[in-house]
Amino acid sequence: MTNTPHISVQDFNVYIENQHILKNININIPNKSVTSIIGPSGCGKTTLLKSFNRLLDNTANVKIDGKVLVDGENIYDPNVEVTHIRKKMGLLSQRPYPLPMSIYDNVAYGPRIHGIRKKSELDELVELQLKATGLWNEVKDRLNASATRLSIGQQQRLCLARGLAVEPEIILGDESTSALDPVSTHIIEDLFIHLKQKYTIVLVTHILRQARRVSDYIIFVYMGKIIEFGPTEEVLLNPKEELTREYVKGFIS
Amino acid sequence: MIKRKIEELFFKVLMILATIIVTGSFFLIVGTIFSKGIPYMNLDMITKIPGGGFYIGKEGGVLNAIIGSLYIACGATVLGLIISIPVAIYINMYIDGEKFKSNLIRLAFDVLFGIPSIVYGAFGFLIMVYFGIRASLLGGIIAVTLLVIPILVRTLDEVIRTVPGELRDAALSLGATRWEAAKVILRQIRPGIFTAILLSFGRGIGDVASVLFTAGFSDNIPTSLHEPAATLPLAIFFQLGSPVEEVQGRAYASALILTIVVLIITVLAELLIKKFSKHKI
Repeated sequence: MTNTPHISVQDFNVYIENQHILKNININIPNKSVTSIIGPSGCGKTTLLKSFNRLLDNTANVKIDGKVLVDGENIYDPNVEVTHIRKKMGLLSQRPYPLPMSIYDNVAYGPRIHGIRKKSELDELVELQLKATGLWNEVKDRLNASATRLSIGQQQRLCLARGLAVEPEIILGDESTSALDPVSTHIIEDLFIHLKQKYTIVLVTHILRQARRVSDYIIFVYMGKIIEFGPTEEVLLNPKEELTREYVKGFIS
Repeated sequence: MIKRKIEELFFKVLMILATIIVTGSFFLIVGTIFSKGIPYMNLDMITKIPGGGFYIGKEGGVLNAIIGSLYIACGATVLGLIISIPVAIYINMYIDGEKFKSNLIRLAFDVLFGIPSIVYGAFGFLIMVYFGIRASLLGGIIAVTLLVIPILVRTLDEVIRTVPGELRDAALSLGATRWEAAKVILRQIRPGIFTAILLSFGRGIGDVASVLFTAGFSDNIPTSLHEPAATLPLAIFFQLGSPVEEVQGRAYASALILTIVVLIITVLAELLIKKFSKHKI
């Protein structure tokens, strides 16, 4: 683990509709590496991920206490500006949701709302991020076409490019490959491995093989609690906890 | 086995019958308007205001009512949209977490939706009396705006609710403010906005009761908001009430004009819906 943790969760509890979804979470997410959150459906993985960029704020009847520190700043502090928090993180959701505009405008959307107006600057950014996600050669001749014309795998890479264009420090992936075919999945996974040189990446995944291939660390969540956290190989091959052993059993055998 | 087959057949026949009745009455209505209206249709009807003696069968047309209806329906739809879009966005983007509040507002609009238009007419009339406005184009627009707001809000609300929450989250996680995210949602629902406009316009142009006291009636085309304005439905009402056969026939010609205006707006809206569906996910 290198220097100070990028995201530090402290005594964090989430209640939705009076149900205790996340229970006393304490975790430090390591810098510039890929951390996967694994666990059975409904265990709170996605809730944990969404709490990192305060997307829970819009949920009905939600009650949150505890702290999430990003770069040492508590993002649940009432004085904090939520758009500033979210700008630090790119979110890649389960299915790609391109904005209802052209390919170019999708990538330029973030920079534009954050004040970049100059055409040349935007052009440069769009090209840079589309190249970073390997999409440039596929779309450079039709940047003004609707983003919905792209294949679903391309759309997901476009969404990643869109997220990278606001120059985040952290990438959050919520089962980002679950709607994709194997080839696109592979491309996205490779992108994650490549991007961890510059970004801290947190993924939620159901696929243990993916967790092993992509991530450096694994968090195992069960019934709203963190059961185990450690380097990937250790958690998957030599788990300390009985619950983790049960969950990853299918993977080992 | 045989029982299931009979049941299947029974309900299939029932469905076909119901469809035939509904479709049949549509063609019957359109057919009646056409067959009765066409003989009295002429260029004068749509290019001239009522001449002297119009109501006893002499020359002139209903241009005053065509223009009046268009003014009122367009004015009310535009005004209604200006009020309804913020409401729909507010309940979906700002207080969607507070179910009690948002559902209370939805319930209020559901109730307003069901209120008969004469009540809006009466209410609009009260507002006019309060502000000292006489029966006029402005009065008519106010009353019809009240009438179409619930339609607009409920339609826009339904449309916004079909947008996946992830799209909003996508914009928000790029650091957009709620209003910026709302603008993305508005782009996404542009086809839906045209549907709402279409519904509101159709309701607004066809309603009699709301404009009865509020818009008044005039044989002239209103040149300002404070002049009384004729409307097509009211013109039809007056013409039908005439004992003169030719004037009664003109009522069907007026109805035909009203139907064609609504048809044109429908086709235009459909074209716009297609055009703006381009980027829709």
